[in-house]
Amino acid sequence: MTNGWTDVANADVVLVMGGNPAENHPVGFRFVMQARLQRKAKLVCVDPRFSRTAAVSDCYVPIRSGTDIAFLGGLIHYALSTGKFQREYVRQHTNASFLIREGFGFEDGHFSGWDEAKDNYHRDTWQYEVDGQGYAKIDPTLEHPRSVFQLMKKHYARYTPEKVSEICGCTVDEFRKAAEMVTIAAAEDKSGTVLYALGWTQHSHAVQLIHAAAMFQLLMGNIGMPGGGVNAQRGHANIQGSTDMGAWNMLPGYLKIPRAHWATLDDYLKANTPGKLRPDSLNYWGNTPKFMVSLLKAYYGERATRANGFGYEWLPKAGEADNHGWGFFFDRMYAGKMDGLISFGMNPVANGPNTAKMIAALSRLKWLIVAENFETETAAFWKAKPLAGQYYPAAADPAAIPTEVFLLPASCFAEKDGAFVNSSRWLQWKEAALDPPGDALRDQEIIARLFLKIRELYEKEGGKGAASLLNMSWNYATPGLPSLREVAREVNGRDLTTGKQLNGFGELKDDGSTSCGNWIYSGSWTEAGNQMARRGQEDPTGLGLYPEWSWSWPANRRILYNRASVDREGKPWDASRAPVRWDGARWVGDTIDFKSDAAPGDFSAFIMLPEGVAKFFTPDLVEGPFPEHYEPAESPVENPLHPRVSFNPLGKVFTSDRDALGTSKDYPYVGITYRLTEHFHYWTKHTAGSSQLQSNFFVEVPDELAREKKIKSGDRVRVTSARGKVEGPALVTKRIRPLTVNGKTVYQVGLPIHWGFAGRVSGPLINNLTPSVYDPNSGTPEYKGFLVNLEKA
Amino acid sequence: MARDVSRRGFVAKGAAAAATAFGFDLRPAQASVRELKISRTTQTHSVCPYCAVGCSVVIHTLGDKAHNVKPAVVHIEGDPESPVNRGTLCPKGISLKEFVTSDRRLTRVLYRAPGAADWKTISWDEAFARMARAIKNARDAGFEETDEQGRTVNRLRNVAMIGGCTDTNEINYLLSKFRFGLGILPYENQSRL
Amino acid sequence: MQTVAKLIDTTLCIGCKACELACQEWNDQEFTLGVFQGTYQTMPDLAHNFWNLIKFNERETAGGMSWLMTKYQCMHCADPGCLRACPAPGAIVQLRNGIVDFNHDHCIGCGYCITGCPFDVPRLSPATKKVYKCSLCSDRTAVGLSPACIKTCPTNCLTFGARDELLRKAESRAEQLRADGHAQAGVYNPQGVGGTNVLYVLKDATEPEAHGLPKDPTIPLSVALWKGPLKWLGTLTLVGGILGTFFHYVRFGPRTYEGQEK
Repeated sequence: MTNGWTDVANADVVLVMGGNPAENHPVGFRFVMQARLQRKAKLVCVDPRFSRTAAVSDCYVPIRSGTDIAFLGGLIHYALSTGKFQREYVRQHTNASFLIREGFGFEDGHFSGWDEAKDNYHRDTWQYEVDGQGYAKIDPTLEHPRSVFQLMKKHYARYTPEKVSEICGCTVDEFRKAAEMVTIAAAEDKSGTVLYALGWTQHSHAVQLIHAAAMFQLLMGNIGMPGGGVNAQRGHANIQGSTDMGAWNMLPGYLKIPRAHWATLDDYLKANTPGKLRPDSLNYWGNTPKFMVSLLKAYYGERATRANGFGYEWLPKAGEADNHGWGFFFDRMYAGKMDGLISFGMNPVANGPNTAKMIAALSRLKWLIVAENFETETAAFWKAKPLAGQYYPAAADPAAIPTEVFLLPASCFAEKDGAFVNSSRWLQWKEAALDPPGDALRDQEIIARLFLKIRELYEKEGGKGAASLLNMSWNYATPGLPSLREVAREVNGRDLTTGKQLNGFGELKDDGSTSCGNWIYSGSWTEAGNQMARRGQEDPTGLGLYPEWSWSWPANRRILYNRASVDREGKPWDASRAPVRWDGARWVGDTIDFKSDAAPGDFSAFIMLPEGVAKFFTPDLVEGPFPEHYEPAESPVENPLHPRVSFNPLGKVFTSDRDALGTSKDYPYVGITYRLTEHFHYWTKHTAGSSQLQSNFFVEVPDELAREKKIKSGDRVRVTSARGKVEGPALVTKRIRPLTVNGKTVYQVGLPIHWGFAGRVSGPLINNLTPSVYDPNSGTPEYKGFLVNLEKA
Repeated sequence: MARDVSRRGFVAKGAAAAATAFGFDLRPAQASVRELKISRTTQTHSVCPYCAVGCSVVIHTLGDKAHNVKPAVVHIEGDPESPVNRGTLCPKGISLKEFVTSDRRLTRVLYRAPGAADWKTISWDEAFARMARAIKNARDAGFEETDEQGRTVNRLRNVAMIGGCTDTNEINYLLSKFRFGLGILPYENQSRL
Repeated sequence: MQTVAKLIDTTLCIGCKACELACQEWNDQEFTLGVFQGTYQTMPDLAHNFWNLIKFNERETAGGMSWLMTKYQCMHCADPGCLRACPAPGAIVQLRNGIVDFNHDHCIGCGYCITGCPFDVPRLSPATKKVYKCSLCSDRTAVGLSPACIKTCPTNCLTFGARDELLRKAESRAEQLRADGHAQAGVYNPQGVGGTNVLYVLKDATEPEAHGLPKDPTIPLSVALWKGPLKWLGTLTLVGGILGTFFHYVRFGPRTYEGQEK
């Protein structure tokens, strides 16, 4: 979240799309209710089905799964064509005024630079036109035909309300009503928030979808404003923190993982430290060397010296274009090219796409280590045939599965201390209340003892890569059971000269005199103690910032980009709702997202970007600088905008012999997957209370389709895709309305996700149905908007 | 600071509140009701492990954390001081006690041998020894010190690691050291799915 | 002494069912499995171990789709039909703060209270042969804690407090809803049972049935007649209640926790 849960109460309009907070974040939803009661805020809910959020909304619009960019493109067009956008904000705080090189364009589904032979883009026309000093040229009038503003206007001119209706399946009137409601936020004294979740991230064009939302919010002048922002409602307690700590191709603190062609630390820093693109850009990532060297000092301690590039050599280097994301390594695992998998509290059999492929992939491992609270489907994958053979006809018998499996009893939240980072980026410390049951161990002990045991083997026997392993620092007071307080202090960072805890990342150095395990968390455990455990309830701004409750990254800032809540000169767009204020000498209020002692005019507002301003147009995303509507890999229709390029040209589709895509001839309906409020993911089916609230898997069938198929509520139905099937009772409902898409009636079939073959209650895994299709920027699977068939079982 | 609230303090607070909390007098009713099950518990501040709204919870355990006392969870409810949830919880959060105390919790190290049809119980020592050996074998076989162009890469691509999103920052940091110590590149968590 | 009440503002309910589990968890009721009946509702109805049910009603109207979610439980009537029907002295008590509580030590399991209840709330346990229902968490309210369902409610749909105050709050909320264009908005506080200590704000108060609430509940005539003269017994039972609820706790109280003090 750029803002935070408590801030939602400041909104005048709430757009919920690609998420369902009333069901999946009920307590967060209380701030939506607060905004409605106290500010008379409007709630707009755009969702394929009439959810519990829709039930309390002011405006509900049904859309076809996978068409959100078309809807948002429609909102962008609506704002630009009616003038309902915050012009001054756009002019001052965004790259709308930047000029793009000659030759940029979009035609028939492709941006300029498409190379048919390479199946990829040359991005040279997607760049700013620069002056002699390398700074982007701008036209503050926004009139230049090659200005981002004019290019954006042109790009979205195709997204008329009629076109939105044709693609999404809602009526033109429904779209207009929603557009009118959400664009009230264009006024300087109105804010609108966008709440989204996996309904946006689980598409083959997901990153562009979030980009489109950010563009809309920039047009409304909502970024940096209380009650504004682009807000991801994250779905697991520490999904934010585990991302912050580095996953996929990241080191902690969003530093990129080294690549083979950056042979030395200097190469790495040169390639990853951006230069400014405008003279007044503060360009905070220019400090990358301080973050990286301090991380290396935390990792390798005294062994990291200037002479050895602070141990950079010991970090693994990926190939230039290697992708080690989920889809890629599971595909390699399925091909028999992986030896082992270590899973700490994750359940790929349940939550990876195309379950049968997941099970087959694990069956080809030499070993699998799972640390868990319960026996999950992943730990028990080798029982898939005896337990759920009807869904996995090709699964091997246990006797034919050579994988050695270790299932380690881990501790639960109540049995450990440490910090979770919530969606608001608040690091909230918790204490341990009791010991783990039986032989279960605290996770830090499991990790530490395993790590030390492996090191012991290398110390005794040697082996390849011994230096990487043995040089990693692990000098905790009790190495086999590190205190999480000690670890938290290491993460915060210290001054190696004085031995004192750092106050924040502003104190980091690139000369090896500071160490810091994650620069964005610097300030979380200072000499003043554990800031994450603070319980102060004061709210001096009255905006729900609660600066003394826990600690928020970065720098205890509660609203990201808050510098943009005031104009270039420092005047708030809305004086009644200003989170920060320049008092002539310094900034007061929320921790300013700016140099704290710099006058408003010294720099432009978006300090983390080389441009210094927010980007409508970005050359960073692989499939184009503007979001464009592409159909899901499986779609009931050809793309109404450009049928010849229907699917994202760079969407990743895997093609092993377990992967298949179906067509609407065999699979005429759109499958939509979702959580229910009663359950948490694949977890609470193990607990008695939640299992009671929703004991059974069911399939939500549109009333009209049910009548066509003579299906009544309670009848057993079978839903099939090109990958697999699920079976369960039908819940016939009018809440999933048939949609008219491109002149054709499209039915969507609702598939709640929470069941599996391990649990107190059992049912089919929904991912039996989902395809191995991935977003090319993030590598997130396209779980939403695939094709199915439905029959009476 | 998050500190255990003393049970005495809580009870005193509760009793004092009885007279005034709702603006009316409840004392006559008090005598007729069952004893409050959380009147003698130790309270610990924690955070719900489910979604990322980040609701604070109070875990009520029996036992005063003395050396010979094994605490048991009696009740978990919302922490009224948190600006996030102000004491409220959703249906998942309000049933956290069911999760902590579930009879399905794993309490033994389980091992499944190649081709076996069932788990068997092994000791932690045996598990650590076997796992370390399995990892070293895979690493000895797959570790690349240089790539095909002779560039130093020090990487491991035949072992993957996943998880962490239900665990604390500190655990994730230890996992990152574990990962980069071994040189593992394939590493994913739930946030990316 | 003031009467206490629970206010349910149905316009704020998101059907999350936190109150269902909060009730069961606090009162140490056994969890069972839900019965699939083609809706999102946990159970078809209340049960001896399930005192709080969110009813889900899906309707298509001219104004579009509506999905009504309504909490259902004992209404703590001013004139409780259960108490009028109960032949066992002391089994049902009406505390002076208005809470209608059952005292299981005195309950003879005859089930007359079930007949007497115009809201069809009390349920007989086949195992204990006693009747159960919401006690408004009399143990929590006694020490100044709100009932478990109220405390957990994320959207502030549920509030607890002095009845007079809540009734005012409900009326003003209804007024606000009417001003916002919901002309039929109103408060559900049926007079056939002398008013209830559970109050509802409804967007359309002319049609409580859409929420699964009876339109004009009254105590069945047979019950009103036969038990009327014996009503005085009910008022004597307060003292019995002291022991009764305590015994209930000893007998049925926390099921699983070792070392729970008795």
